Amino acid sequence: MIGEVFISPPKNNINTNNLVTAKIFSYFCNDKISEMNIFNSYLTSSVGKKILMSLTGLFLCSFLVVHVAGNLLLFKNDNGEAFELYSQLMSTNIFIRSIEIGLFFGFALHIYLGLHLWNQNRKLRPIGYKKYKLSENANFESRIIRLTAVFVLIFLVVHLRTFWFEGRFLGAPSIFELVKVSFQNNYYSWFYVLSMLLLSYHLKHGFQSAFQTLGLRNKKYLLILNLVSFIFWFIIPLLFASMPIYFLFRK
Amino acid sequence: MKLHLKIWRQVNNNSKGKFINYDVDNVSEHMSFLEMLDVLNEKLVHKGEDTISFDHDCREGICGSCGMMINGFAHGPGAGVATCQLHMRSFKDGDKIVIEPFRAKAFPVLKDLVVDRSAFDRILQKGGYISAKTGGIPDGNAIPVKKEDSETAMDAAACIGCGACVAACPNSSAMLFVSAKVSHLGLLPQGKIENKERVKKLVAAMDEEMFGSCTNTYACEAECPKEISITNIARLNKYFIKATL
Ligand code: SF4
Ligand code: FES
Repeated sequence: MIGEVFISPPKNNINTNNLVTAKIFSYFCNDKISEMNIFNSYLTSSVGKKILMSLTGLFLCSFLVVHVAGNLLLFKNDNGEAFELYSQLMSTNIFIRSIEIGLFFGFALHIYLGLHLWNQNRKLRPIGYKKYKLSENANFESRIIRLTAVFVLIFLVVHLRTFWFEGRFLGAPSIFELVKVSFQNNYYSWFYVLSMLLLSYHLKHGFQSAFQTLGLRNKKYLLILNLVSFIFWFIIPLLFASMPIYFLFRK
Repeated sequence: MKLHLKIWRQVNNNSKGKFINYDVDNVSEHMSFLEMLDVLNEKLVHKGEDTISFDHDCREGICGSCGMMINGFAHGPGAGVATCQLHMRSFKDGDKIVIEPFRAKAFPVLKDLVVDRSAFDRILQKGGYISAKTGGIPDGNAIPVKKEDSETAMDAAACIGCGACVAACPNSSAMLFVSAKVSHLGLLPQGKIENKERVKKLVAAMDEEMFGSCTNTYACEAECPKEISITNIARLNKYFIKATL
Protein backbone atom coordinates (compact mmCIF):
# COMPACT_ATOMS: atom_id res chain seq x y z
CA MET A 1 0.00 0.00 0.00
CA ILE A 2 2.68 2.42 1.06
CA GLY A 3 4.87 1.54 -1.88
CA GLU A 4 2.03 1.98 -4.30
CA VAL A 5 1.13 5.46 -3.19
CA PHE A 6 4.75 6.41 -3.12
CA ILE A 7 5.59 5.23 -6.60
CA SER A 8 2.54 6.59 -8.34
CA PRO A 9 1.04 9.48 -6.42
CA PRO A 10 -2.73 9.53 -6.57
CA LYS A 11 -3.34 12.77 -8.46
CA ASN A 12 -1.78 11.26 -11.49
CA ASN A 13 -3.97 8.27 -11.80
CA ILE A 14 -7.30 10.00 -11.75
CA ASN A 15 -9.47 9.13 -14.64
CA THR A 16 -10.91 12.58 -15.19
CA ASN A 17 -13.86 11.22 -17.10
CA ASN A 18 -15.06 9.65 -13.95
CA LEU A 19 -16.17 12.67 -11.98
CA VAL A 20 -17.13 10.80 -8.85
CA THR A 21 -13.75 9.20 -8.38
CA ALA A 22 -12.10 12.48 -9.25
CA LYS A 23 -14.12 14.25 -6.58
CA ILE A 24 -13.33 11.65 -3.96
CA PHE A 25 -9.68 11.74 -4.89
CA SER A 26 -9.41 15.46 -4.79
CA TYR A 27 -11.12 15.44 -1.42
CA PHE A 28 -8.44 13.22 0.02
CA CYS A 29 -5.53 14.71 -1.84
CA ASN A 30 -6.39 18.32 -1.35
CA ASP A 31 -4.58 18.68 1.93
CA LYS A 32 -4.66 22.11 3.44
CA ILE A 33 -0.92 21.97 3.85
CA SER A 34 -0.25 23.28 0.40
CA GLU A 35 -2.30 26.33 1.22
CA MET A 36 0.08 27.36 3.94
CA ASN A 37 0.31 31.12 3.87
CA ILE A 38 3.02 33.42 5.14
CA PHE A 39 1.33 34.00 8.44
CA ASN A 40 0.67 30.47 9.54
CA SER A 41 3.79 29.05 7.98
CA TYR A 42 5.94 31.22 10.22
CA LEU A 43 3.91 31.08 13.37
CA THR A 44 2.84 27.49 13.36
CA SER A 45 5.43 25.41 11.55
CA SER A 46 8.57 24.25 13.27
CA VAL A 47 10.82 25.54 10.52
CA GLY A 48 9.03 28.89 10.48
CA LYS A 49 9.46 29.34 14.21
CA LYS A 50 13.13 28.54 13.91
CA ILE A 51 13.47 31.15 11.19
CA LEU A 52 11.87 33.77 13.42
CA MET A 53 14.16 32.65 16.20
CA SER A 54 17.22 33.17 14.05
CA LEU A 55 16.05 36.51 12.68
CA THR A 56 15.41 37.90 16.13
CA GLY A 57 18.73 36.46 17.28
CA LEU A 58 20.62 38.21 14.50
CA PHE A 59 18.77 41.44 15.20
CA LEU A 60 19.89 41.23 18.82
CA CYS A 61 23.43 40.54 17.63
CA SER A 62 23.40 43.72 15.58
CA PHE A 63 22.51 45.59 18.74
CA LEU A 64 25.52 44.08 20.50
CA VAL A 65 27.81 45.71 17.95
CA VAL A 66 26.38 49.16 18.61
CA HIS A 67 26.44 48.57 22.34
CA VAL A 68 30.03 47.42 22.49
CA ALA A 69 31.21 50.22 20.22
CA GLY A 70 29.62 52.83 22.45
CA ASN A 71 30.90 51.22 25.60
CA LEU A 72 34.46 51.32 24.37
CA LEU A 73 34.29 55.00 25.30
CA LEU A 74 34.60 53.82 28.88
CA PHE A 75 38.25 53.21 28.20
CA LYS A 76 38.85 56.79 27.14
CA ASN A 77 40.90 58.55 29.72
CA ASP A 78 38.63 61.57 30.13
CA ASN A 79 36.90 60.66 33.35
CA GLY A 80 33.84 59.47 31.51
CA GLU A 81 33.04 62.63 29.58
CA ALA A 82 32.66 61.00 26.18
CA PHE A 83 30.79 58.06 27.65
CA GLU A 84 28.40 60.41 29.43
CA LEU A 85 27.65 62.21 26.19
CA TYR A 86 27.04 58.91 24.48
CA SER A 87 24.66 57.65 27.14
CA GLN A 88 22.78 60.91 27.04
CA LEU A 89 22.39 60.56 23.31
CA MET A 90 21.16 57.01 23.80
CA SER A 91 18.43 58.03 26.18
CA THR A 92 17.21 61.15 24.38
CA ASN A 93 17.55 60.51 20.66
CA ILE A 94 14.13 59.69 19.23
CA PHE A 95 15.57 57.28 16.64
CA ILE A 96 17.40 55.30 19.29
CA ARG A 97 14.37 55.29 21.52
CA SER A 98 12.23 53.77 18.82
CA ILE A 99 14.84 51.09 18.12
CA GLU A 100 14.74 50.36 21.82
CA ILE A 101 11.10 49.37 21.49
CA GLY A 102 12.02 47.08 18.61
CA LEU A 103 14.70 45.56 20.81
CA PHE A 104 12.21 44.79 23.52
CA PHE A 105 9.99 43.02 21.05
CA GLY A 106 13.00 41.24 19.60
CA PHE A 107 14.01 39.96 23.01
CA ALA A 108 10.46 39.03 23.92
CA LEU A 109 9.92 37.03 20.73
CA HIS A 110 13.32 35.35 20.91
CA ILE A 111 12.74 34.32 24.52
CA TYR A 112 9.16 33.27 23.94
CA LEU A 113 10.03 31.13 20.91
CA GLY A 114 12.98 29.60 22.73
CA LEU A 115 10.82 28.59 25.67
CA HIS A 116 8.02 27.41 23.43
CA LEU A 117 10.25 25.22 21.25
CA TRP A 118 12.03 23.82 24.28
CA ASN A 119 8.70 22.97 25.85
CA GLN A 120 7.51 21.30 22.66
CA ASN A 121 10.65 19.33 22.00
CA ARG A 122 11.13 17.99 25.49
CA LYS A 123 7.84 16.10 25.25
CA LEU A 124 8.83 14.30 22.09
CA ARG A 125 10.91 11.62 23.75
CA PRO A 126 8.72 10.49 26.63
CA ILE A 127 11.04 7.64 27.57
CA GLY A 128 14.65 8.69 27.57
CA TYR A 129 17.71 6.59 26.82
CA LYS A 130 19.58 4.69 29.46
CA LYS A 131 22.75 5.45 27.59
CA TYR A 132 22.88 8.42 25.27
CA LYS A 133 26.17 9.69 23.89
CA LEU A 134 25.05 13.07 22.63
CA SER A 135 28.28 14.51 23.95
CA GLU A 136 30.21 12.68 21.26
CA ASN A 137 27.93 13.74 18.46
CA ALA A 138 27.19 17.36 19.21
CA ASN A 139 29.50 20.14 20.32
CA PHE A 140 29.49 21.59 23.79
CA GLU A 141 27.96 24.96 22.99
CA SER A 142 24.99 23.46 21.19
CA ARG A 143 24.27 21.13 24.07
CA ILE A 144 24.25 23.89 26.67
CA ILE A 145 22.34 26.43 24.61
CA ARG A 146 19.35 26.40 26.97
CA LEU A 147 21.52 26.77 30.03
CA THR A 148 23.38 29.70 28.51
CA ALA A 149 20.06 31.18 27.42
CA VAL A 150 18.69 31.15 30.96
CA PHE A 151 21.86 32.62 32.34
CA VAL A 152 22.00 35.37 29.74
CA LEU A 153 18.40 36.22 30.57
CA ILE A 154 19.20 36.51 34.28
CA PHE A 155 22.17 38.65 33.38
CA LEU A 156 19.99 40.84 31.21
CA VAL A 157 17.54 41.51 34.02
CA VAL A 158 20.32 42.39 36.44
CA HIS A 159 22.06 44.52 33.85
CA LEU A 160 18.95 46.45 32.89
CA ARG A 161 18.06 47.00 36.51
CA THR A 162 21.49 48.37 37.38
CA PHE A 163 22.02 50.69 34.45
CA TRP A 164 19.10 51.20 32.14
CA PHE A 165 16.35 51.36 34.76
CA GLU A 166 18.46 53.42 37.12
CA GLY A 167 19.33 55.92 34.42
CA ARG A 168 15.98 56.13 32.70
CA PHE A 169 13.53 55.96 35.56
CA LEU A 170 15.34 56.74 38.75
CA GLY A 171 17.22 59.63 37.23
CA ALA A 172 20.75 58.60 38.11
CA PRO A 173 22.84 61.74 37.54
CA SER A 174 25.86 60.09 35.96
CA ILE A 175 25.84 56.76 34.21
CA PHE A 176 29.61 56.74 34.19
CA GLU A 177 29.71 56.99 37.99
CA LEU A 178 27.16 54.21 38.16
CA VAL A 179 29.30 52.01 35.94
CA LYS A 180 32.41 52.80 37.93
CA VAL A 181 30.85 52.09 41.30
CA SER A 182 29.17 48.91 40.12
CA PHE A 183 32.27 47.52 38.48
CA GLN A 184 34.45 48.26 41.44
CA ASN A 185 32.38 45.74 43.33
CA ASN A 186 34.13 42.40 43.17
CA TYR A 187 31.06 40.19 43.04
CA TYR A 188 29.30 42.31 40.50
CA SER A 189 32.28 42.41 38.17
CA TRP A 190 32.97 38.71 38.26
CA PHE A 191 29.30 38.04 37.69
CA TYR A 192 29.70 40.13 34.56
CA VAL A 193 32.73 38.25 33.40
CA LEU A 194 31.03 34.91 33.95
CA SER A 195 27.94 36.16 32.11
CA MET A 196 30.07 37.17 29.16
CA LEU A 197 31.65 33.75 29.08
CA LEU A 198 28.20 32.19 28.88
CA LEU A 199 27.06 34.77 26.35
CA SER A 200 30.08 33.76 24.32
CA TYR A 201 28.98 30.13 24.32
CA HIS A 202 25.44 31.19 23.49
CA LEU A 203 26.63 33.13 20.48
CA LYS A 204 29.11 30.49 19.43
CA HIS A 205 26.21 28.20 18.77
CA GLY A 206 23.54 30.76 18.03
CA PHE A 207 25.24 32.91 15.46
CA GLN A 208 26.24 30.28 12.95
CA SER A 209 23.12 28.31 13.76
CA ALA A 210 21.03 31.26 12.60
CA PHE A 211 22.67 31.09 9.19
CA GLN A 212 21.99 27.39 8.94
CA THR A 213 18.33 28.06 9.72
CA LEU A 214 18.18 30.81 7.14
CA GLY A 215 19.61 28.42 4.59
CA LEU A 216 22.78 30.43 4.11
CA ARG A 217 25.27 28.03 5.59
CA ASN A 218 26.96 26.21 2.77
CA LYS A 219 30.49 25.42 1.71
CA LYS A 220 30.80 28.62 -0.27
CA TYR A 221 30.20 30.93 2.68
CA LEU A 222 31.52 28.74 5.46
CA LEU A 223 34.85 30.49 5.87
CA ILE A 224 33.47 34.00 5.97
CA LEU A 225 30.67 32.83 8.24
CA ASN A 226 33.16 31.35 10.68
CA LEU A 227 35.16 34.56 10.66
CA VAL A 228 32.19 36.78 11.41
CA SER A 229 30.99 34.27 13.95
CA PHE A 230 34.38 34.53 15.67
CA ILE A 231 33.91 38.28 16.04
CA PHE A 232 30.57 37.68 17.70
CA TRP A 233 31.40 34.85 20.01
CA PHE A 234 34.95 35.82 20.88
CA ILE A 235 35.81 39.46 20.28
CA ILE A 236 32.58 41.09 21.41
CA PRO A 237 32.13 39.18 24.69
CA LEU A 238 35.83 39.67 25.37
CA LEU A 239 35.50 43.42 24.95
CA PHE A 240 32.47 43.50 27.20
CA ALA A 241 34.21 41.40 29.83
CA SER A 242 37.28 43.62 29.77
CA MET A 243 35.19 46.57 30.99
CA PRO A 244 34.45 45.35 34.52
CA ILE A 245 37.98 43.98 34.76
CA TYR A 246 39.38 47.37 33.78
CA PHE A 247 37.47 49.16 36.53
CA LEU A 248 38.18 46.44 39.03
CA PHE A 249 41.91 46.76 38.64
CA ARG A 250 41.93 50.50 38.32
CA LYS A 251 40.41 51.18 41.73
CA MET B 1 34.75 -13.18 23.30
CA LYS B 2 32.20 -12.91 26.06
CA LEU B 3 29.77 -10.02 26.24
CA HIS B 4 27.35 -8.74 28.83
CA LEU B 5 24.25 -7.36 27.20
CA LYS B 6 21.56 -5.21 28.74
CA ILE B 7 18.61 -5.34 26.40
CA TRP B 8 15.29 -3.53 26.47
CA ARG B 9 12.42 -6.01 26.55
CA GLN B 10 8.85 -4.95 25.99
CA VAL B 11 6.00 -7.30 25.17
CA ASN B 12 3.98 -4.89 23.08
CA ASN B 13 3.15 -1.26 22.57
CA ASN B 14 0.88 -1.06 25.60
CA SER B 15 3.08 -2.80 28.09
CA LYS B 16 5.83 -1.34 30.20
CA GLY B 17 9.25 -2.52 29.22
CA LYS B 18 12.39 -3.14 31.21
CA PHE B 19 16.04 -3.99 30.76
CA ILE B 20 17.12 -7.61 31.06
CA ASN B 21 20.71 -8.79 31.28
CA TYR B 22 22.05 -11.52 29.02
CA ASP B 23 25.51 -12.97 28.68
CA VAL B 24 26.72 -14.28 25.33
CA ASP B 25 29.83 -16.43 24.96
CA ASN B 26 31.88 -17.37 21.98
CA VAL B 27 31.18 -14.24 20.01
CA SER B 28 33.49 -14.11 17.02
CA GLU B 29 34.84 -10.74 16.02
CA HIS B 30 33.83 -11.46 12.43
CA MET B 31 30.15 -11.60 13.31
CA SER B 32 27.91 -8.68 12.62
CA PHE B 33 25.99 -7.22 15.50
CA LEU B 34 22.77 -8.80 14.28
CA GLU B 35 24.44 -12.20 13.96
CA MET B 36 25.50 -11.88 17.56
CA LEU B 37 21.85 -11.26 18.45
CA ASP B 38 20.87 -14.28 16.32
CA VAL B 39 23.19 -16.42 18.40
CA LEU B 40 21.62 -15.11 21.57
CA ASN B 41 18.13 -15.73 20.17
CA GLU B 42 19.00 -19.29 19.31
CA LYS B 43 20.10 -19.81 22.87
CA LEU B 44 16.79 -18.36 24.06
CA VAL B 45 14.85 -20.67 21.76
CA HIS B 46 16.63 -23.67 23.21
CA LYS B 47 15.77 -22.51 26.67
CA GLY B 48 12.16 -22.03 25.60
CA GLU B 49 12.21 -18.30 26.23
CA ASP B 50 10.75 -15.52 24.12
CA THR B 51 13.30 -14.37 21.56
CA ILE B 52 14.42 -10.77 21.25
CA SER B 53 12.63 -8.99 18.44
CA PHE B 54 14.58 -6.66 16.21
CA ASP B 55 13.97 -5.35 12.72
CA HIS B 56 16.19 -6.48 9.88
CA ASP B 57 15.92 -7.32 6.24
CA CYS B 58 18.78 -6.73 3.83
CA ARG B 59 21.62 -7.03 6.32
CA GLU B 60 23.81 -4.99 4.03
CA GLY B 61 22.94 -1.42 4.95
CA ILE B 62 20.37 -0.63 2.30
CA CYS B 63 16.92 -1.27 3.72
CA GLY B 64 17.21 0.89 6.83
CA SER B 65 15.21 -1.38 9.07
CA CYS B 66 17.81 -2.53 11.59
CA GLY B 67 18.14 0.61 13.71
CA MET B 68 18.72 0.33 17.43
CA MET B 69 20.57 2.28 20.06
CA ILE B 70 23.82 0.57 21.02
CA ASN B 71 25.72 1.97 23.97
CA GLY B 72 24.22 5.40 23.39
CA PHE B 73 24.87 5.51 19.65
CA ALA B 74 22.29 5.00 16.92
CA HIS B 75 23.51 1.97 14.95
CA GLY B 76 26.30 1.63 17.47
CA PRO B 77 29.79 3.11 17.47
CA GLY B 78 31.61 3.99 14.26
CA ALA B 79 30.59 6.28 11.45
CA GLY B 80 28.74 5.37 8.29
CA VAL B 81 27.42 1.94 9.22
CA ALA B 82 24.01 0.51 9.96
CA THR B 83 23.62 -1.98 12.81
CA CYS B 84 23.76 -4.88 10.37
CA GLN B 85 27.13 -3.67 9.10
CA LEU B 86 28.57 -3.22 12.56
CA HIS B 87 31.16 -5.85 13.24
CA MET B 88 31.78 -7.36 16.63
CA ARG B 89 35.42 -6.39 16.33
CA SER B 90 34.26 -2.94 17.43
CA PHE B 91 33.87 -4.47 20.91
CA LYS B 92 36.23 -6.10 23.36
CA ASP B 93 35.97 -9.21 25.43
CA GLY B 94 33.99 -8.54 28.59
CA ASP B 95 32.30 -5.38 27.27
CA LYS B 96 28.96 -4.30 28.66
CA ILE B 97 26.58 -3.31 25.89
CA VAL B 98 23.30 -1.49 26.44
CA ILE B 99 20.82 -2.09 23.62
CA GLU B 100 17.68 0.04 23.42
CA PRO B 101 15.10 0.79 20.76
CA PHE B 102 15.13 4.15 18.98
CA ARG B 103 13.27 6.53 21.25
CA ALA B 104 10.89 9.15 19.97
CA LYS B 105 7.22 9.87 20.42
CA ALA B 106 6.84 9.52 16.66
CA PHE B 107 8.44 6.05 16.75
CA PRO B 108 6.36 4.00 19.19
CA VAL B 109 7.95 0.75 20.35
CA LEU B 110 6.10 -2.27 18.99
CA LYS B 111 8.10 -4.99 20.68
CA ASP B 112 11.55 -5.12 22.27
CA LEU B 113 13.80 -3.27 19.82
CA VAL B 114 11.26 -2.89 17.04
CA VAL B 115 9.77 0.55 16.55
CA ASP B 116 7.05 1.71 14.22
CA ARG B 117 8.66 4.05 11.70
CA SER B 118 5.61 4.43 9.50
CA ALA B 119 5.56 8.14 10.36
CA PHE B 120 8.33 8.41 7.75
CA ASP B 121 6.14 6.71 5.16
CA ARG B 122 3.28 9.07 5.87
CA ILE B 123 5.58 12.07 5.46
CA LEU B 124 6.68 10.74 2.09
CA GLN B 125 3.10 10.13 1.04
CA LYS B 126 2.36 13.79 1.75
CA GLY B 127 5.15 15.20 -0.35
CA GLY B 128 8.05 12.89 -1.00
CA TYR B 129 7.35 12.27 -4.66
CA ILE B 130 7.29 13.82 -8.10
CA SER B 131 3.67 14.02 -9.19
CA ALA B 132 4.22 13.95 -12.96
CA LYS B 133 5.10 10.74 -14.68
CA THR B 134 8.57 11.34 -15.96
CA GLY B 135 8.69 8.37 -18.26
CA GLY B 136 11.73 6.21 -18.86
CA ILE B 137 15.33 7.24 -18.56
CA PRO B 138 15.92 10.28 -20.78
CA ASP B 139 18.75 10.40 -23.29
CA GLY B 140 22.07 11.19 -21.71
CA ASN B 141 22.36 14.75 -22.92
CA ALA B 142 18.71 15.58 -23.49
CA ILE B 143 18.36 17.48 -20.22
CA PRO B 144 21.60 19.09 -19.07
CA VAL B 145 22.15 18.77 -15.33
CA LYS B 146 25.00 20.34 -13.44
CA LYS B 147 27.40 17.68 -12.22
CA GLU B 148 27.40 19.20 -8.77
CA ASP B 149 23.60 19.06 -8.56
CA SER B 150 23.34 15.50 -9.70
CA GLU B 151 26.02 14.46 -7.22
CA THR B 152 24.32 16.26 -4.35
CA ALA B 153 20.97 14.77 -5.29
CA MET B 154 22.47 11.30 -5.47
CA ASP B 155 24.18 11.72 -2.12
CA ALA B 156 20.88 12.75 -0.57
CA ALA B 157 19.12 9.82 -2.25
CA ALA B 158 21.39 7.51 -0.28
CA CYS B 159 19.15 8.04 2.76
CA ILE B 160 17.68 4.70 3.75
CA GLY B 161 14.99 6.08 6.05
CA CYS B 162 16.38 4.29 9.06
CA GLY B 163 15.45 6.95 11.58
CA ALA B 164 18.85 7.15 13.26
CA CYS B 165 18.78 10.91 12.79
CA VAL B 166 15.61 11.12 14.86
CA ALA B 167 16.97 8.73 17.46
CA ALA B 168 20.22 10.64 17.85
CA CYS B 169 18.64 14.08 17.94
CA PRO B 170 18.01 15.57 21.39
CA ASN B 171 14.79 17.04 19.97
CA SER B 172 13.67 13.92 18.07
CA SER B 173 13.72 15.99 14.92
CA ALA B 174 13.37 14.41 11.50
CA MET B 175 14.96 17.31 9.67
CA LEU B 176 17.85 15.31 8.25
CA PHE B 177 15.56 12.68 6.78
CA VAL B 178 13.13 15.23 5.37
CA SER B 179 15.91 17.43 4.04
CA ALA B 180 17.46 14.46 2.30
CA LYS B 181 14.18 14.02 0.38
CA VAL B 182 14.06 17.73 -0.39
CA SER B 183 17.52 17.60 -1.96
CA HIS B 184 17.06 14.26 -3.60
CA LEU B 185 13.89 15.29 -5.39
CA GLY B 186 14.43 19.01 -5.64
CA LEU B 187 17.78 19.38 -7.35
CA LEU B 188 17.02 17.55 -10.55
CA PRO B 189 14.97 19.05 -13.38
CA GLN B 190 11.99 16.71 -13.06
CA GLY B 191 11.48 17.45 -9.41
CA LYS B 192 12.54 21.08 -9.26
CA ILE B 193 9.23 22.44 -10.49
CA GLU B 194 7.38 21.25 -7.43
CA ASN B 195 10.00 22.36 -4.91
CA LYS B 196 7.93 24.99 -3.19
CA GLU B 197 4.84 22.87 -2.78
CA ARG B 198 6.87 19.88 -1.76
CA VAL B 199 8.83 21.57 1.00
CA LYS B 200 5.69 23.04 2.53
CA LYS B 201 3.92 19.70 2.49
CA LEU B 202 6.87 17.83 3.91
CA VAL B 203 7.42 20.31 6.73
CA ALA B 204 3.73 20.31 7.65
CA ALA B 205 3.65 16.52 7.59
CA MET B 206 6.76 16.33 9.72
CA ASP B 207 5.20 18.60 12.34
CA GLU B 208 1.97 16.66 12.24
CA GLU B 209 3.81 13.43 12.97
CA MET B 210 5.24 14.99 16.13
CA PHE B 211 8.87 15.23 15.22
CA GLY B 212 10.72 17.98 17.03
CA SER B 213 12.26 21.14 15.69
CA CYS B 214 15.91 21.30 14.76
CA THR B 215 18.27 23.13 17.11
CA ASN B 216 21.30 22.57 14.90
CA THR B 217 23.23 20.26 17.19
CA TYR B 218 24.17 18.21 14.09
CA ALA B 219 24.06 14.97 16.07
CA CYS B 220 22.01 13.53 13.19
CA GLU B 221 24.82 13.98 10.69
CA ALA B 222 27.27 12.32 13.06
CA GLU B 223 25.02 9.28 13.46
CA CYS B 224 23.61 8.87 9.96
CA PRO B 225 24.75 5.54 8.48
CA LYS B 226 24.68 7.11 5.03
CA GLU B 227 26.48 10.26 6.16
CA ILE B 228 23.80 12.57 4.86
CA SER B 229 25.08 16.13 5.20
CA ILE B 230 23.43 18.87 7.22
CA THR B 231 23.82 21.18 4.25
CA ASN B 232 20.64 19.47 3.11
CA ILE B 233 18.89 20.95 6.14
CA ALA B 234 20.15 24.40 5.16
CA ARG B 235 18.75 23.73 1.68
CA LEU B 236 15.37 22.73 3.10
CA ASN B 237 15.29 25.95 5.12
CA LYS B 238 16.18 27.98 2.05
CA TYR B 239 13.46 26.36 -0.02
CA PHE B 240 10.99 26.88 2.80
CA ILE B 241 11.76 30.60 2.92
CA LYS B 242 11.46 30.86 -0.86
CA ALA B 243 8.19 28.95 -0.79
CA THR B 244 6.56 31.01 1.91
CA LEU B 245 7.69 34.54 1.10
S1 SF4 C 1 19.08 10.84 7.01
FE1 SF4 C 1 20.50 9.20 7.58
S2 SF4 C 1 19.92 8.72 9.69
FE2 SF4 C 1 18.22 9.86 8.83
S3 SF4 C 1 16.83 8.33 8.01
FE3 SF4 C 1 18.18 8.91 6.31
S4 SF4 C 1 19.85 7.43 6.40
FE4 SF4 C 1 18.81 7.27 8.37
S1 FES D 1 19.17 -4.82 7.78
FE1 FES D 1 18.90 -3.54 6.07
S2 FES D 1 20.03 -1.78 6.65
FE2 FES D 1 20.48 -3.17 8.25
